[in-house]
Amino acid sequence: MLEKALSGNRTYWTWIFFLLAIIGAGAACWFWQLNVGLTITGLSRDVVWGFYIAQFTFLVGVAASAVMVVLPYYLHNYKAFGKMTILGEFLAIAAVIMCMTFIFVDMGRPDRILNVFLHPTPHSMMFWDTIALGGYLVLNILISRVTLSSERRGIAPPKWIRPIIILSIPWAVSIHTVTAFLYAGLAARPFWLTAILAPRFLASAFAAGPALLILLALIVRRISSFDPGREAINKLAEIVTYAMILNVFFVAMELFTALYSDIPEHVHHFQFLFTGLEGNSTLAPWMWLSVLLAVVSLVILINPATRRSETTLILGCIAVFFSLWIDKGLGMVIAGFVPNPLGQVVEYAPTLPELTISLAIYAGGVLIVTGLYKIALEVRGQMKA
Amino acid sequence: MDGSRREFLKLAGLTAIGATGASSVRASGGASSATGGHAEASSDGVRLAMVVDLRKFSRDGSLAERCIEACHRAHNVPDFGDDPKNEVKWIWTEDFETAFHSQEFHFIREDLKGKPTLLLCNHCDNPPCTRVCPTQATWKRDADGIVMMDWHRCIGCRYCVVACPYGSRSFNWKNPRLGLEDIDINFPTRMRGVVEKCTFCEERLARGQQPACVEVCSNDEIVFGDLNDPGSKVRQLLAERMAIRRKSGLGTQPEVYYVIDDPRTLQEFAPAAVVDGAEGGDHA
Repeated sequence: MLEKALSGNRTYWTWIFFLLAIIGAGAACWFWQLNVGLTITGLSRDVVWGFYIAQFTFLVGVAASAVMVVLPYYLHNYKAFGKMTILGEFLAIAAVIMCMTFIFVDMGRPDRILNVFLHPTPHSMMFWDTIALGGYLVLNILISRVTLSSERRGIAPPKWIRPIIILSIPWAVSIHTVTAFLYAGLAARPFWLTAILAPRFLASAFAAGPALLILLALIVRRISSFDPGREAINKLAEIVTYAMILNVFFVAMELFTALYSDIPEHVHHFQFLFTGLEGNSTLAPWMWLSVLLAVVSLVILINPATRRSETTLILGCIAVFFSLWIDKGLGMVIAGFVPNPLGQVVEYAPTLPELTISLAIYAGGVLIVTGLYKIALEVRGQMKA
Repeated sequence: MDGSRREFLKLAGLTAIGATGASSVRASGGASSATGGHAEASSDGVRLAMVVDLRKFSRDGSLAERCIEACHRAHNVPDFGDDPKNEVKWIWTEDFETAFHSQEFHFIREDLKGKPTLLLCNHCDNPPCTRVCPTQATWKRDADGIVMMDWHRCIGCRYCVVACPYGSRSFNWKNPRLGLEDIDINFPTRMRGVVEKCTFCEERLARGQQPACVEVCSNDEIVFGDLNDPGSKVRQLLAERMAIRRKSGLGTQPEVYYVIDDPRTLQEFAPAAVVDGAEGGDHA
């Protein structure tokens, strides 16, 4: 089936080469980083994880969110998601591959990556995260391939795939839970030392992921004869709404616990995020933008009229996605390091090569989504000539 | 002085035997220790610890700097000048209030206030850094409790740096040799992309020497020894004086102690309370 991604019209190939150009620029920066070291990033002795790991964390959520179409369809036989599941699974595949690439470029010695498998270490959460992500990738490749090839031949999927699909549901929850455990179990970092981190990760994932899926489905509908159906879009929009409300609620829980207890080492991180600390307020404008976008998105999504109108729904989904991207792809990781364990405030901003490499990984994800979605559309004969 | 040296040599010998040849472990990447490691500190074996006497340090303004220089020279720790972003350090100073910032010291004695305090890896008995390492490239050695580091296995994920509550670990953002003028051929240099930190001078212990920073101190400003030996100098000091540890509330059991009292004051006011104070102190 892969060959279907290798033929296309002029617009298709222009798009592909555009993405490849970005990937090329990122690859060049990565080779530079490989030769000189991670010193070309904005990272330092105090802020040792930054933009790369934050993108990884955000994208694990996007990957996990496929479960929001898979679960209603396979577990509750919700037929309206029939056409959407494959898009969700393909998005998950692309997201997991981006996650793995972000981890890879963050490594000081990528040449030693096999050490993780040569010396498996169950007491490290990173070991479990590797298993969770790797397993999730395999599950989604297998499931999407088997169901799509059955669809192509016009037959029902084989019976043995159903338990595997059911397994992928808790597995999706596990990838984001274990990713939260990477952070939440560290005595050294009070900002992440909170039991609500994993639930919060899941809530934000189930808002941002389906919001992205709605946008992708609408784009696909524009450029092909694929139609996700009104009911599917409306149902996904409701899922985004509930998940976003839960996410905002969880954030409020965090703020209450930290601010009311008034324990300095918990309060300081939130001060750094929203008001700045000791003159360093690099993230404050971003965080307030995130708050504003969250409010806008909730106004649009909670009101049934604006949620069902496609134009406003698109705005709502964009607002959800960027609000949560700022929260998780910028604030969450960086604020854990500021102030540092000695109480000192340190600056961090990603450098141009760091951003280029990150952009290239996103372009790689878009390339994978493009190719896989094209395959799905070709199989269903929905590609416009 | 002589007695303590003898005690120390005995200890160093034990350590070297216990570690099945510490130097070879280091050179071969510590694989044998790493796979069998991660046990609790041998409660009946050796548990190395360090006691820093801050009052004595406050009397010699340049001593801390000499300790740092001795350590960094002996271990080929790069110096990138005034470049905090790429900084690598095994032992360094912060003023007293920063070193113990979570304990919020206010209105303290003049000889402690703002005084440079030596900080290094605490070689915790319950180290969070070894727990998170995905490849066992850092581990606590069974024989003596030293938190070891294998620069040939480390994948540079920096999870240990994130997990350390003391900021004791450094990552090589760039080639460390660029920051070295003279290289001591008795100790390996590192490559970029790996994490490094103080190892309680395990290579010197194996040769029967004291840690480099301890050797600089001629007047017991830093005392090093076996915490499991009731007659050791570290135990004597902890029994007689008031010592604190950094962030002891986290349960990491740091094994670097800081003596903060002033023996003259204590003697003058309540000799009996010295013992009580020491026993009920932070180091229980």
